[in-house]
Amino acid sequence: MRLPTAKPASPATRALEVVPPSGPTAWLTTFTAGAMTFLCVFALALSLASGRLATRWSEALAKTATIRLSAPEEQVQIQTDAILTALASTPGIKSYRLIEDAETKQLLEPWFGPDLPVEALPIPRLIEVVEADPPYDAEGLKQRLTAEAPGAVLDDHTRWRRPLAEAAQRIRLLGVLSIALIGAAMAAMITLAARAALATNAEVIRVLRLVGAKDSYIARAFVRRFTLRALTGAAIGAAAGLVGVAALPAADAAGGFLTGLGFTGAGWLWPLALPPLAAIVAFLATRRAAFQKLRELT
Amino acid sequence: MTVITFENVAYSYGGGELLTDVSLKLAPGSFHFLTGPSGAGKSTFLKLAYAELRPTSGRVTLFDNDVTKLSRDDIARTRRRIGIVHQDCKFLDHMSLAANMALPFTVSDRESSPQDMDDLLGWVGLKHLADALPPQLSGGERQRAALARAVIVDPDVILADEPTGNVDWEMSLRILTLLVELNKMGKTILVATHDLNLIRQAKAQIQARVLRIAKHRVQLAGADL
Ligand SMILES: Nc1ncnc2c1ncn2[C@@H]1O[C@H](COP(=O)(O)OP(=O)(O)OP(=O)(O)O)[C@@H](O)[C@H]1O
Ligand SMILES: [Mg+2]
Repeated sequence: MRLPTAKPASPATRALEVVPPSGPTAWLTTFTAGAMTFLCVFALALSLASGRLATRWSEALAKTATIRLSAPEEQVQIQTDAILTALASTPGIKSYRLIEDAETKQLLEPWFGPDLPVEALPIPRLIEVVEADPPYDAEGLKQRLTAEAPGAVLDDHTRWRRPLAEAAQRIRLLGVLSIALIGAAMAAMITLAARAALATNAEVIRVLRLVGAKDSYIARAFVRRFTLRALTGAAIGAAAGLVGVAALPAADAAGGFLTGLGFTGAGWLWPLALPPLAAIVAFLATRRAAFQKLRELT
Repeated sequence: MTVITFENVAYSYGGGELLTDVSLKLAPGSFHFLTGPSGAGKSTFLKLAYAELRPTSGRVTLFDNDVTKLSRDDIARTRRRIGIVHQDCKFLDHMSLAANMALPFTVSDRESSPQDMDDLLGWVGLKHLADALPPQLSGGERQRAALARAVIVDPDVILADEPTGNVDWEMSLRILTLLVELNKMGKTILVATHDLNLIRQAKAQIQARVLRIAKHRVQLAGADL
């Protein structure tokens, strides 16, 4: 009888064949990698969304507060002067600026058309205030304005936005931490699975060493297997996660937090990086486990 | 050059010393038997000779390299020059006999020539079983297969642990003939056995020396067999 002389299997394929197929437990690694990557997609979406939110709110913080003055015509100039005097003597203000009527008109133009008779309308005077660091005492300023310019209202949005921006930053940090934990948990689970596989195949490893196999050759058989499983699982998990995120309602103009949960622009590329990352994690974890185990044998 | 050298080697599994003060040299092309009662340490001696075990004291040298100074990869490379027939003929049970015999080539990323493989299977009389799985083989077939695997990479040395352990006399003689042929091709051979008839039979065919393990020492036996 002649042995098959057909095209021999490549060395890499044969390295896989020297370790017996691992049977029904093999899919557990794939499943774990898939589930972990699925979770990771959402952690990623959360981090990116809260990152965007934090940036948006922080930008708003750096901007200004506005003082709106609505007063009877003869009072406008008097109260405006009173406000400016008050602002000049309030500590914690970086700058302030009276918005001219022309500019106000420009701001309103998109809504009311170019022929708006600003003079004829009770349009409030606007004064832009940029806070310094440390900021002014908003409560104090409000009281002083009430006393000196009763028609003035301090529209101070930084006060409620700052804690929100901080919270968004925290949430982003938690998201990043979750991603790191998910990665570490996957490494741990793959290490356990690889160790189990190595223990099950101790006899195979002994035979391979006996016929002169190097550690790297033996490790290769296991590492390839687990890397491929993790890659497959992660690809499925990432795809499922992306479908899940894409199925969320679109972010609306109001930019609410929940509706903003998702990926925008280049952000969609992040989840695509997850399967290769999972493969790298599996590769390193299995390789480490294999060399550790092999060192116990001669 | 010597192939294998033991210098004042002692070995212990943790209790008392199993082997003590062993000093000997195996010259290239020599044929040695290693004998002694069961449990005397024959397999242990062979394991020291292919670096599965490291001596607890003394020095073992393989191809002029001190085994304690060999890295794990060096040991793997050294084993490619040593054909080992293990006492329980270890195989990979999920691969065919032919694939098992090609294993020493496979693990060093080399190709075995189908012609050589075919010749070798014919030589050990297992051509018809090339596609069989190891668990389907009889004891004697396993031992011939183990011998074939040991010689496939054309090693300089063959270490065989009880290669006729569970075969009848006729099959023992066939295996002995294979070993004698290998020795005539210039290979250094060391065979552990407690079959004294086999040793006598070999001595009739070639110049074989006998090492005997007694009282934890390995001694060259006289002509008194
Ligand atoms: N891994 C081990 N750990 C502890 N003791 C061992 C180990 N391997 C062997 N021994 C002990 O060492 C002694 C020698 O064993 P060895 O296998 O070398 O004997 P042997 O001469 O080959 O015997 P046999 O002819 O039965 O094959 C035995 O008493 C055995 O119990
Ligand atoms: Mg033995």
